[in-house]
Amino acid sequence: MLKIENLHATVDGKQILNGLNLTIPSGEIHAIMGPNGSGKSTLSYVLAGREGYEVTEGSVTFGDLDLLAMEPEERAVAGVFLAFQAPVELPGVGNANFLRTALNAVRRAKGEAEIDAIQFLKLARARMKVLNMPDDMLKRPVNVGFSGGEKKRNEMLQMALLTPKLALLDETDSGLDIDALKLVSDTVNALRGPDFSALVITHYQRLLNHIVPDRVHVLSAGRIVKSGGPELAQELEVSGYGAIQASAA
Amino acid sequence: MAAVTETIEAVQAVNDGGYKWGFETDIEMDFAPKGLNEDIVRFISAKKKEPAWLLEWRLKAYRHWLTMEVPHWAAVSHPPIDFQDAFYYAAPKQGPKSLDEVDPELLKTYAKLGIPLKEQAILAGVEGAGDSPSEGGRMPIAVDAVFDSVSVATSYKERLAKDGIVFCAISEAVQTHPELVQQYLGSVVPQGDNFYAALNSAVFTDGSFVYIPKGVKCPMELSTYFRINAKSTGQFERTLIIADEGSTVSYLEGCTAPMRDENQLHAAVVELVALDDASIKYSTVQNWYPGDAEGKGGIYNFVTKRAACRGKRSKVSWTQVETGSAITWKYPSCLLIGDDSVGEFYSVAITNNRQQADTGTKMFHIGQRTRSTIVSKGISAGHGQNTYRGLVKISPKASGARNFTQCDSLLIGDQCGAHTVPYIENRCMTAKVEHEATTSRIAEDQLFYCRSRGLSQEDAVGMIVNGFCREVLKELPMEFAVEAQKLLQISLEGSVG
Ligand SMILES: Nc1ncnc2c1ncn2[C@@H]1O[C@H](COP(=O)(O)OP(=O)(O)O)[C@@H](O)[C@H]1O
Ligand SMILES: [Mg+2]
Repeated sequence: MLKIENLHATVDGKQILNGLNLTIPSGEIHAIMGPNGSGKSTLSYVLAGREGYEVTEGSVTFGDLDLLAMEPEERAVAGVFLAFQAPVELPGVGNANFLRTALNAVRRAKGEAEIDAIQFLKLARARMKVLNMPDDMLKRPVNVGFSGGEKKRNEMLQMALLTPKLALLDETDSGLDIDALKLVSDTVNALRGPDFSALVITHYQRLLNHIVPDRVHVLSAGRIVKSGGPELAQELEVSGYGAIQASAA
Repeated sequence: MAAVTETIEAVQAVNDGGYKWGFETDIEMDFAPKGLNEDIVRFISAKKKEPAWLLEWRLKAYRHWLTMEVPHWAAVSHPPIDFQDAFYYAAPKQGPKSLDEVDPELLKTYAKLGIPLKEQAILAGVEGAGDSPSEGGRMPIAVDAVFDSVSVATSYKERLAKDGIVFCAISEAVQTHPELVQQYLGSVVPQGDNFYAALNSAVFTDGSFVYIPKGVKCPMELSTYFRINAKSTGQFERTLIIADEGSTVSYLEGCTAPMRDENQLHAAVVELVALDDASIKYSTVQNWYPGDAEGKGGIYNFVTKRAACRGKRSKVSWTQVETGSAITWKYPSCLLIGDDSVGEFYSVAITNNRQQADTGTKMFHIGQRTRSTIVSKGISAGHGQNTYRGLVKISPKASGARNFTQCDSLLIGDQCGAHTVPYIENRCMTAKVEHEATTSRIAEDQLFYCRSRGLSQEDAVGMIVNGFCREVLKELPMEFAVEAQKLLQISLEGSVG
């Protein structure tokens, strides 16, 4: 279970999150929607532990872990996975090498044996097939020269391999065509289970037709201003954020 | 007292992480008296039972050296070196004749460094079976081990001799192949070439000698492993590689030294000669002790390396991974004399803490349609200073010559420096010279991306740096590429966060 209480955070001295409260029980998928600049990516970075995103108040626990006290890599091996809104390029770093190093870091933390290159390739190829990614994307440097859609699918490949307990998807659907959207959704849905929870950040109702959320929250000016069931996303699609922001103010 | 007793400090140092090759071997040594004069030169020559011509050659170099000044154009700084305050000859007392007779303590030392001196048992079987020593997975590597001033062992000599290949200590070659040594020694790097080359010519002690006969492809990697062990000792090795017409060889050198708070001088000269259609690949993984975080101790690595591509279509490729030394001063160069000859230089140089590196290459295009490629990757961390210094010189007759140079610098932290000093002298209308240079930092988002996937900060830096160096690392022989990757990471330990 992820429990965020009264979270305040600043970036470069600028207050972005203003007393955010959110609880995601294990096994649930929650969606966050909200206007541009409302702090959605900031929230995902704070949860993943990015430097420069300073928490000034509040707490975040994940199971019995005090998430905010942990290094980004400790959070990762504890099962937190962030699918980046803008995946980062790593020139010269082979995708396969990167993925296997990450997977082995997670496996070591779980007390599992490291996976060798051959086993890894088998596993990765199987996942890539499902995601409709060509094999040569394993050889290419991480995200370098990947199209927008390929980058997002590469994030999903990482998620599928690392099998996190908490997935944070930051606008993974933005810029994807319908087929790719379906693949992303399938990857998330395949992980669903009692020990998996996810926070899906999106602007579009259509993703939530495929990944049906347990709860939908609206983020505005750094706090949750409205929560509801899946039908809230449909309402927003029709009426926009304006009405909610006005009523919350 | 021939037993190895590693000093307690040395063992602690090894366990401290950081430089893992810093232990010291306690073995009975022969020293020349401290200091440098004509008698020392005579002493060294006599120790090696050298012919008169070589003694004369050394003395000429020595007299010339006396007239020279320490070079000061490089972007490095160090207190003046007292050339009288060092030993110019240090050798284990018991000079072994064959691999079986090598002092077990020395074998242990090299085993500890990960250098296989013992010929692998499989080879005997393979030799009977055919000519492919790569069976059984691992390609055996022939090693010449140079310990302080002398070569203590050379492996696979007999196997190589079957193909007519000579691979031995240069002091041995002086005895067994005097005509080759006399013909080529100093023919690429003349005695008076520069201050350190002149010093080396006067007092050089050991190093490797390689001769590959016409048409022979050397069946295994050749390597020399240099180890400085004794205190206050300089190492002045001399390597000479001759690839006769149509032959091919890949050679690798590695080096380490104990951790000491004094600076030790390593001034080597390497000469390569490639005749028609011959090809030499020369790789270096340089890991001399870099000194501590405050800049105390470490090796001064002042090296002259040059190749003469004398033959038509000959090729020399230098690949270097420079992670060690307090100061590195080194410009492996190619004289592209033969028409259509090719020179390559692939370099990774890392400076961390107080390390300084001034390194690069010189490509002299003399023959027609000669081509050269330079790829230099400099990484600076801590207070490290890294300079790429390169010269591409194209003579009027080198019609159709081509050069491509790429210099990339990566900075880690804001206390370090990277400098690029490319000189281009093009005297030929039809030649084409291209130069690209970039300077970048490890971006915060790259580090965060890696860490958010479970990589530690250090693994993340290692991965990004290895990615940055990929074009160079892929030039290394497989066996060493993995080693080099690990080294890069180790040398950067503590550079971030
Ligand atoms: N490094 C930064 N320095 C200053 N302001 C920032 C920085 N990063 C983000 N912001 C600001 O924080 C607010 C929230 O950004 P973000 O979390 O990316 O919003 P969203 O993802 O909801 O569009 C925006 O106003 C944005 O301009
Ligand atoms: Mg965003």
